[in-house]
Amino acid sequence: MTVRLTVDWINCKAHGLCYELFPERIRPDDWGYPIIDDRPIPPELEPMARRAADACPTLALLIRMEQAAKP
Amino acid sequence: MAVKLASVAGRRQPVVVANATEGEPLSAKDKTLVITAPHLVLDGVALVAEVVGATEVIVCVERSATAATAALRAAAAERLGADDLDVQLVGTPKQFIAGEETALIHWLNGGDAKPTLVPPRPFERGVRGRPTLVQNVETLAHLALIARFGAEWFRGLGPSDDPGTRLLTVGGGVARPGVVEVASGIPLREALDDAGLAPGKSPPVLVGGYFGTWLGPQQVRGARLDLGSMRAIGASPGCGVVWALPDGVCGLAESARLVRWYADQGAGQCGPCANGLPAMADAFEAMVAGKRAKEAAARLQRLLPMVTGRGACRHPDGAVRLVISALRVLAGEVELHARRGPCPASGHPPALPTPRAGGWR
Repeated sequence: MTVRLTVDWINCKAHGLCYELFPERIRPDDWGYPIIDDRPIPPELEPMARRAADACPTLALLIRMEQAAKP
Repeated sequence: MAVKLASVAGRRQPVVVANATEGEPLSAKDKTLVITAPHLVLDGVALVAEVVGATEVIVCVERSATAATAALRAAAAERLGADDLDVQLVGTPKQFIAGEETALIHWLNGGDAKPTLVPPRPFERGVRGRPTLVQNVETLAHLALIARFGAEWFRGLGPSDDPGTRLLTVGGGVARPGVVEVASGIPLREALDDAGLAPGKSPPVLVGGYFGTWLGPQQVRGARLDLGSMRAIGASPGCGVVWALPDGVCGLAESARLVRWYADQGAGQCGPCANGLPAMADAFEAMVAGKRAKEAAARLQRLLPMVTGRGACRHPDGAVRLVISALRVLAGEVELHARRGPCPASGHPPALPTPRAGGWR
């Protein structure tokens, strides 16, 4: 199972909590909207990703679980 | 197409939406198709409706396209009772992005004609929550022809990975602009020559319309109009628009107006697009005006990745693609504008139409 972050761009209102809470993978653009590092989230960072997603006032930071590709 | 069909087929009471909204300002192929062969389109509609088990069919045409609407209305009336279909004809708002499939579904469900978050895709949750197949009318017409004459016949033209014919809208600096049907994979130059591009001329060409790519003279020389050949040079036939830059018109000034238009046509829903496209337009205009052009060009380069892929739909990506190809193909012009300010051709009246939008409902 691969965990990735995505943004619901329609609902994101640039509150900026996500990059405060998870700077390892999220940084702000010129207007305060999140720039997400697209790499899968390793297990040790997953709790921080979840905390950032839970803290988003508009619930626009989404955690996507992807089935790992079959070899 | 096959994926969409398979997802919708057999689901409970799916809906079929035939898309002839054609919000692309340079394109006339969908309107021309439904005016000249409305029954062919409705044959395709009836066919996919039967395949997926839909009894409800919605045909979407832009409200202002009155001739296309009249042709479809007359054809649908002629078929009443012939096939077991409830065809609704609806007039959509005049908006570039209203034809984007999630925007279309949102509007059909009573909302603004603005894109929505995916997933769910329309084939998962569409009109009134039902699985919905959205297909362009040219694709539906192709299906109707394949049903009549067979797949072998269809494959008799064009390359094996993109067979058949495609409709083009050829325009700009050509003597005979208009809509033509050509074999997939014909040389781009042939399409231009047939439309009456003067033999000695080799202008930059906008392929795929406003959602497309500028091609330089060298690229035009070798290019062919099929998906694979176009992809190899970073382009796509897209909606089939082929537009040659006319003599005495500045490609940079035209592109600057397109970027501003892109910014104005946005739904304003997603931050990076709502902020980024106007900033891109500002930078592009400054570059064309030769006002600290080098800095403006650098600012533009910095903005591009900040907009790419960061929206609910592909609107920002279209603007970025247009800008990247303009900077590549018209690099010499950028240099000249930076050194000497706007060229005499920048004062030419606008050659590319930038129609005003007509509201979201």
